[in-house]
Amino acid sequence: MTREGRQGRANATPVLSVRDLIVEIPTRAGTVRPTDGVSYDIRAGEILGVVGESGAGKSMTGNAVIGLLDPPARIAGGEILLNGERIDNLSRDKLRKVRGRKIGMIFQDPLTSLNPLLTIGDQLTETILEHLPVGQPEAQERAIAALEEVGIPAARARIDSYPHEFSGGMRQRVVIALALCAEPDLVIADEPTTALDVSVQAQIIALLKRLCREKGVAVMLVTHDMGVIAEAADRVAVMYAGRLVELGPVREVLTRARHPYTAGLMASTPLASLGHRRLRQIPGAMPRLNALPPGCPFNPRCERAEDKCRQPPAPGLEACEGRAACWFPLTPDAEESAA
Amino acid sequence: MLAYIIRRVFQSALVLLIVGLVAFAMFRFVGDPVDNMLGQERTQADVERLRQQLGLDQPFPVQYWRFLEQAVQGNFGLSYRQGRPVSDILIERLPATLELAFVSGLFALAFGIGLGVFTAIRRKGFAANAIMTLSLIGVSLPTFLIGILLIYVFSVELGWLPSFGRGEVTRIGGWTTGFLTESGIKALILPAFTLGLYQMTLIMRLVRTEMLEVLRQDYIRFARARGLRERAINFRHALKNTLVPVITITGLQLGSIIAFAIITETVFQWPGVGLLFINAIQFVDIPVMAAYLMMISVMFVGINLIVDLLYFAIDPRLRVDRSAGKAT
Repeated sequence: MTREGRQGRANATPVLSVRDLIVEIPTRAGTVRPTDGVSYDIRAGEILGVVGESGAGKSMTGNAVIGLLDPPARIAGGEILLNGERIDNLSRDKLRKVRGRKIGMIFQDPLTSLNPLLTIGDQLTETILEHLPVGQPEAQERAIAALEEVGIPAARARIDSYPHEFSGGMRQRVVIALALCAEPDLVIADEPTTALDVSVQAQIIALLKRLCREKGVAVMLVTHDMGVIAEAADRVAVMYAGRLVELGPVREVLTRARHPYTAGLMASTPLASLGHRRLRQIPGAMPRLNALPPGCPFNPRCERAEDKCRQPPAPGLEACEGRAACWFPLTPDAEESAA
Repeated sequence: MLAYIIRRVFQSALVLLIVGLVAFAMFRFVGDPVDNMLGQERTQADVERLRQQLGLDQPFPVQYWRFLEQAVQGNFGLSYRQGRPVSDILIERLPATLELAFVSGLFALAFGIGLGVFTAIRRKGFAANAIMTLSLIGVSLPTFLIGILLIYVFSVELGWLPSFGRGEVTRIGGWTTGFLTESGIKALILPAFTLGLYQMTLIMRLVRTEMLEVLRQDYIRFARARGLRERAINFRHALKNTLVPVITITGLQLGSIIAFAIITETVFQWPGVGLLFINAIQFVDIPVMAAYLMMISVMFVGINLIVDLLYFAIDPRLRVDRSAGKAT
């Protein structure tokens, strides 16, 4: 599909639409919701950063979208639409044909994501042959092209190499090539740089940005690294205790946070773009999912919390212009005093 | 690679020498062959003369040295009991044992891997759990008991299969085979099942455990995320990764199939080398015992060597020159 084609369609329908997604895990201590009422869109050629602490539900959302929730976790409510069509209720086999073909996924650790006993060429061609109507020679050529695209030098010569013959950064490039080789519309990158050296991280982020721009794919970039978000994302979704607490353009959210949690997160993150300043921490810790406080889940740690925050219902994004799930959001001007 | 093989062959030779030494140190505790050979009517002079003739008056390291001297020339001496060359007797008996071991090994591998994969993939299904429970029986019941039970059911009660012997055999050159006649194949079923059952359950449980471990790996998850078919994930991605530890155990087990054939051969009166060895112990037939033990150790050592070489075939990471260092 051409770039124009993708972008033309992009104006009409977002590539990915998540609507009020609820993921539930039944446990002995009751049912918990690692993802609770999350909604967002990703358009073609756009990178949405999903950020939050460990256990905030970022990865769970990504896994739900690609249909890889580990039982007993399950989608308990909401809709997932890919190019306007629901995919959360597809049969196993139809969902399998969406995975890889329509949605590519990149995992955190490139050292363990590749099968050590198969050559990278085998792994690429098996994916291509599974999803695209091409023969073995064509698949081989496409595999080489995919490797060249992600910047593997001498791709033709290295296609028969095994994963252990590549460095960590090169392996993550191979993983990206694998995720993209069947030309998906959406790529879910789950902590793609966390396991890499800092210098390699920057290369991988640059690669993701370039591929997103050139191929017009939508990218869901799941990370806990604010620096990666600032560098790569167009828009950012901040998650806390399974809920979406803030959603907006990256520049806006990073410099003029409206939700007190986002503001606290920014104040505790060293970012070159915000200059030298003292880092502050948010008091307390994120509550466990089976012990959420009533009302806004952030209220026990929030300086601005009032009685309304401690009573149900919890605020949604509509509480503050579709931007922040907070009854008493920070005003854009108050940002300096809060941070 | 060549250096590795040479080193391994050298190590193997050392192992063989030590096995022989231990064996010879123990032979004198088995009994005195002279008692059996001369019978009741004998004089002390007869005993002394025969001892001297057989070299039994020498300390065991000297006996062992003589054995080695002869053995490297391919001469394993004469059986005390049968008075024929030991090598002839062994070669005559070997096909029976090898055919039995081959069939039970094949049975153990095919069913062990198949059921192991099945129970891992359907680990919560009823059939998988039933198989796992039944496999405990295979692991815990002693071989001779299973053999006797099978004889009772299939030979005595049902009368379907013979309870002892090899049936009719066909002679092809120096090899006798039971594969070509109906009675030969029938006679093979019970002993092969008995001998292979333990190995089969062992391989099955091992494959299942390894498979469950591998199915949790990131690359399996990544394979799913790429939309590959379950069959490709299970058999192409997962099974291959379980094979390295499975080959280790299976290789050693195949060696012990030949060695443990002793019990099965005794139960089913199978005319193989195991039965020969048991009879040799009763008669303190030292040349036969020595040759048998050396033969078994050669097999074990050889299988081990083959197993190690198979690793290279399966796991590309081992093929890298060590000096090159690894990226991880």
